[in-house]
Amino acid sequence: MKQLQSLQQTRGRNNSFRNQSPLDSTADVTASVKSPSSIFWLILHCFSCLISLILGFRFSKLVFYLLFSTSSVNYLYTTSTKTTSFGGNDNIAETMSFTTSLRSLSPPVGANVSGGVVSRVVVGRHGIRIRPWPHPDPDEVMKAHKLIEAVQREQKVMYGVKNPRSLIVVTPTYVRTFQALHLTTLMHTLMNLNYEVVWIVVEAGGVSNATAALLEKVEKSKVRVKHVGFERKMPIFWEARHKMESQMRLRALRVVREEKLDGIVMFADDSNMHSLELFDEIQKVEWIGAVSVGILAHSSHPDEDPFEVQKNVDEEDEKKSPLPVQGPACNSSDRLVGWHTFSSILYKGKSANYIGDMAVVLPRKLEWSGFVMNSRLVWKEAEFRPEWINDLDMVVAAGGDDDIGSPLSLVKDSSMVEPLGGCGKKVMMWWLRAEARADSKFPSGWTIDPPLEMTVPAKRTPWPDVTPELPSNTVKVISSATQENTEKRATKTRTPKSRRSSRGKRKRESRNADARVAARNSGEKTQ
Amino acid sequence: MFAAEIYMHRFLLSSPVRTLNPEEADWFYTPVYTTCDLTPNGLPLPFKSPRMMRSAIQLISSNWPYWNRTEGADHFFIVPHDFGACFHYQEEKAIERGILPLLQRATLVQTFGQRNHVCLKEGSITVPPYAPPQKMQSHLIPPSIPRSIFVYFRGLFYDVGNDPEGGYYARGARAAVWENFKDNPLFDISTEHPTTYYEDMQRAVFCLCPLGWAPWSPRLVEAVIFGCIPVIIADDIVLPFADAIPWEDIGVYVDEKDVPNLDTILTSIPTDVILRKQRLLANPSMKQAMLFPHPAQPGDAFHQILNGLARKLPHDKSVYLRKGEKVLNWTAGPVADLKPW
Repeated sequence: MKQLQSLQQTRGRNNSFRNQSPLDSTADVTASVKSPSSIFWLILHCFSCLISLILGFRFSKLVFYLLFSTSSVNYLYTTSTKTTSFGGNDNIAETMSFTTSLRSLSPPVGANVSGGVVSRVVVGRHGIRIRPWPHPDPDEVMKAHKLIEAVQREQKVMYGVKNPRSLIVVTPTYVRTFQALHLTTLMHTLMNLNYEVVWIVVEAGGVSNATAALLEKVEKSKVRVKHVGFERKMPIFWEARHKMESQMRLRALRVVREEKLDGIVMFADDSNMHSLELFDEIQKVEWIGAVSVGILAHSSHPDEDPFEVQKNVDEEDEKKSPLPVQGPACNSSDRLVGWHTFSSILYKGKSANYIGDMAVVLPRKLEWSGFVMNSRLVWKEAEFRPEWINDLDMVVAAGGDDDIGSPLSLVKDSSMVEPLGGCGKKVMMWWLRAEARADSKFPSGWTIDPPLEMTVPAKRTPWPDVTPELPSNTVKVISSATQENTEKRATKTRTPKSRRSSRGKRKRESRNADARVAARNSGEKTQ
Repeated sequence: MFAAEIYMHRFLLSSPVRTLNPEEADWFYTPVYTTCDLTPNGLPLPFKSPRMMRSAIQLISSNWPYWNRTEGADHFFIVPHDFGACFHYQEEKAIERGILPLLQRATLVQTFGQRNHVCLKEGSITVPPYAPPQKMQSHLIPPSIPRSIFVYFRGLFYDVGNDPEGGYYARGARAAVWENFKDNPLFDISTEHPTTYYEDMQRAVFCLCPLGWAPWSPRLVEAVIFGCIPVIIADDIVLPFADAIPWEDIGVYVDEKDVPNLDTILTSIPTDVILRKQRLLANPSMKQAMLFPHPAQPGDAFHQILNGLARKLPHDKSVYLRKGEKVLNWTAGPVADLKPW
């Protein structure tokens, strides 16, 4: 409730003068007869105006009130900072009226209506209470954060997904340099979920120990892993790799079919990026649904200037969005009317052919990962699925070489696919293929055993004569070579060592002296 | 927030409880828009409101016999201004004036409520201030969006225009909030007017509802509608519809003297108490009771007001005055108020 200030001030001043007239009993404001008290207030007023002008800030007559009154109803211990903040002498009349009214009203205000009950609320001026250390206490901040977490958990329970169905995640993989990177990311994403997850990992080239070692870390969480082998090696060329991945996914679907797993099937490629919101969203699927996938088709060519590439793109097709997105296309009434697919025209001739090629890796027209389906669709018994779904075996047999491009082939009528994620408007997963060269080497299991042979000298060592300037490359030479080296160095001048670190100069010199003595001794001994 | 009088009038015009036959009427309503006298800026000026009210009562008492029959005891008026029928925004002035003498016997429906205060008559009905329902509905966000702000407040801490030294406005409580918690990361408090004010309230766990010049504020209504637990910092306040809405169960009361310890108080509330309060706040009937929708809906604030009025029925026989008996003093009150409007 903001009040208009000037109006209120004039009224305030009028009222205050009117109030003062009963208090200053003989005062008559119209200047004909002035009583001593009104003259006194006028003088005080002029005096405080002068003081304010001199000091440069508003000098409040509350100071006089405090000085000359013995008891105070209000606690003004912290308002001293407040009286000096604002300039202008306009409201002195008001303070006069306020202080006088405080005196007159300080016996409690509401002592009438309900028969003399004293109100504990005092009208008038109050102090601004500030505690001695007005800063946040870290313990309280932590408690508050725990409270917020509890509130958010409760919100999820109340408004989130009810009766969550278990997830069946299908991932084709094979042993390669980047496998640990991609698979660990996906593993951690799945481990962070609140849902029951059955993770079917299909590995090209058969079940391998490397992959099994990676997957062991999942033991302690809600994720159940089924490690399935696919008895063909992953080809080098991208086209063939895409085809083989489809076959591997079909193999996983057969596992679902045989074991009659129940839940929502989603295809998570190991190099894709999934947002946790995606998993909440796909719980909404009834039979088969589609989500939008952002395609991160990047160029890994180091020589090309990245800005140059962008310019070309802009010239050719300005209207195209910088990040292509694959997924369902809806009309304005949120019904599925078509599909946004990946158009590879832009990248003709510039795309990667084999894994590790220094060019853009392109996805297929519609990626498997953009589809989710109810696991009952692939069960053998026909009564579980609606009639607009083809049986898995029939589709596979018709496809000839065991390759169906996308789950759409399972569906007789593709308009029955449910678009998810705000009808495809929200992109919750990204497709990316980043691979090293097929012949690149990496330490198996990413453990370095035995330790590497390179030793790097430490700047400050507790051992006096351990600092060879050149690392020794062969293992055999350790013991004898160091002695020979130190011996050689002992004859050199001291300056290179002292130049190395200025801090330990003196210590180093004394140590070197010792080292020289020791080396000479040892050298003499061996000789 | 003063528009309740207009909406109540509109509601009663088309309501089934309204009758055109005065003999069978239990209550008489006189629409007087006392807060519609506006400054050039659009803020209400209550200085002429007593005269307005007097003239209105003179009009009805001279034209119809129903006022004189009971000296107004079966009439009700809506006075949604800061201090109700005291018709002033400054507390001392309002207390000095007291409730308009002519309204002594009438029932007052007002937003102001403070225990043991002159301006709260016994038998008054406290209502929430008006908040625009459509505007609030249009700013709703899905309830699954997690609440991440701990304490939220937007508004003045120092009313520089009227109280530059601080200490008068809000009895120093708002200034204390600012001084103590301005650098606390849990407290999202400032004087800005963001466009996402309603959305931010829905992302907050606690919303501060401190007193201003008067103890009530529309923040209370907004907090209830948006599911944010109201932290009521106003000593002895009487909250609206206390019979329909269990304020202790859904809100947190903090004494003004405890404001420097507000963060300790709020963080020491046990988790299950907070969750329970939020669950109660999610109840749609409570939200409905705070609103003045147009057209009226079941369970809204109009319904509650009519409930309150109905509870005072039937009128006591002593309300009806015998012939020639006069209770009200028509010449009481400041001289300036006696001028006709």
